[in-house]
Amino acid sequence: MTDVAWIGAALTAARPQAVAALLRYFRDLDVAEEAFQEASLRALKSWPLNGPPRDPAAWLIFVGRNSALDELRRRNKHDVLPEDDVIPDAEHSESALVERLDSSAYQDDVLRLLFICCQPDLPATQQIAVALRIVSGLSVQEIARAFLVTEAAMAQRITRAKRAMSESAVAFEAPGPVERAERLSTVAAMIYLLFNEGYSASGGDAHVRVPLCEEAIRLSRLLLRLFPAESEIMGLTALLLLQHARAAARLDANANIVLLDDQDRSLWNRHLIGEGLVLVEKAQLSGEPGPYQLQAAIAAVHARAARPQDTDWSQIDRIYAILELLQPSPVITLNRAVAVSKVRGPQAALGMLEPLEEPLAGYFHYFGVKGALLKELGRPDEARVAFNKAIGLARTAQEAAHIRMNLDRLTP
Amino acid sequence: MFYCILCYNLESEVEAWTREKEAAVMAQRELVAHELATQGRLGPVGRLMPTTTAMTIRASREPLVLDGPFAETKEQLLGFYLVDCTSLEQALEVARGLVGDTGALEVRPLASFYPGIGLQ
Repeated sequence: MTDVAWIGAALTAARPQAVAALLRYFRDLDVAEEAFQEASLRALKSWPLNGPPRDPAAWLIFVGRNSALDELRRRNKHDVLPEDDVIPDAEHSESALVERLDSSAYQDDVLRLLFICCQPDLPATQQIAVALRIVSGLSVQEIARAFLVTEAAMAQRITRAKRAMSESAVAFEAPGPVERAERLSTVAAMIYLLFNEGYSASGGDAHVRVPLCEEAIRLSRLLLRLFPAESEIMGLTALLLLQHARAAARLDANANIVLLDDQDRSLWNRHLIGEGLVLVEKAQLSGEPGPYQLQAAIAAVHARAARPQDTDWSQIDRIYAILELLQPSPVITLNRAVAVSKVRGPQAALGMLEPLEEPLAGYFHYFGVKGALLKELGRPDEARVAFNKAIGLARTAQEAAHIRMNLDRLTP
Repeated sequence: MFYCILCYNLESEVEAWTREKEAAVMAQRELVAHELATQGRLGPVGRLMPTTTAMTIRASREPLVLDGPFAETKEQLLGFYLVDCTSLEQALEVARGLVGDTGALEVRPLASFYPGIGLQ
């Protein structure tokens, strides 16, 4: 029964809470990681013989803590160890530890561990890489592959990020409500970035980045289990599930992006959609709308439509209107204009675009949308100008190719 | 006599299973279920969505609606209903009507459902 696959899954599942608890005890990330590593090695020896423990995380924390304490004592007997109230004495049994884990302190442990990965002076990709290494336990090789860089380069990035983390001052006391909310929103943003690293991939290497999406969903669900009443974490989880549900339909045989309207909806993952829709509804019941919930609600409208023409665009327009109030941004107004064009026609949408021309002068999608609206209005010459601007701003060959296709259709 | 067999496991661990492990577990269980079905002894089978989708209604003067699964350890599981609803809100409405002045009811959608062969 206790096969290697089971142990691997148990170690992966227990890792965030075990490393987080060990970090609270030792207040040193390297020590916490080494302690978890040592406990994992012992688990690989012990679990096949003695059977799985009831609570693998508690087992790993208990064994990891003791082995790290032994190691610290061995290294330097004169080293001052942390205060007794930080490290519970060795008589603490596993069951006592389980009780401690059930307390709310432990949700803050995991949140703290995720939060210290989000060092503001580190580039976002480094924050993500280090979170994948420390929290998710992916190997440097796996992370390097997902980021399409060499293993040596990734190892260097992670080392640098960890140094920055060890030098930063993170409070180990339980955070107050305001601080906790700030940490949650920082961590949520990091998880969303992690997801987008995988989601925005296209081309030959797209498939190697799928694990990034799956890992983001796992972290988001973990966070939601710890903070079950946080409607924005419900929204984030729902958003990731609803977007990931379309993964199989998003890329064609050549790994080029297939737009929403052209996707084969029978390839959408109904299980992920079902879960996402429930979470969107659950978040709405909270009556505290936030950006993730609203984006998830928009994704939900698309997910509910069996065919593109069944999409409830007026509902999408209404949701964007709330999003505009909560988080005013020209990009959101641009997205809303697309919904408006479906509800009230291209002329109304074009009117919304005018004030956006200045802030979005360097934005590919702005000119793509503008060109499409002008084309719909039967103004091909102006459409051509907009499309040509879009091509000039395209970041990938694929984006440019898509616009060229539109341009070709302009010529009778 | 009808028996209800309830499935427990560590959710985070099941989530971390490889596809092969997941398939192996389900295949083993489906083997047993299939045997029972051919004997006409299998009732409804369902897999629940993750606990993150759950909500709980607790009896109070006004029934309390709580986010998250039923989490107390001092109360015991005593029964269940399987209802068809068009939305979570409708399911919560049903639970509000059921709870009366005692206990707690966890409302959780099913991820998959097999209706069984109709036990008599």
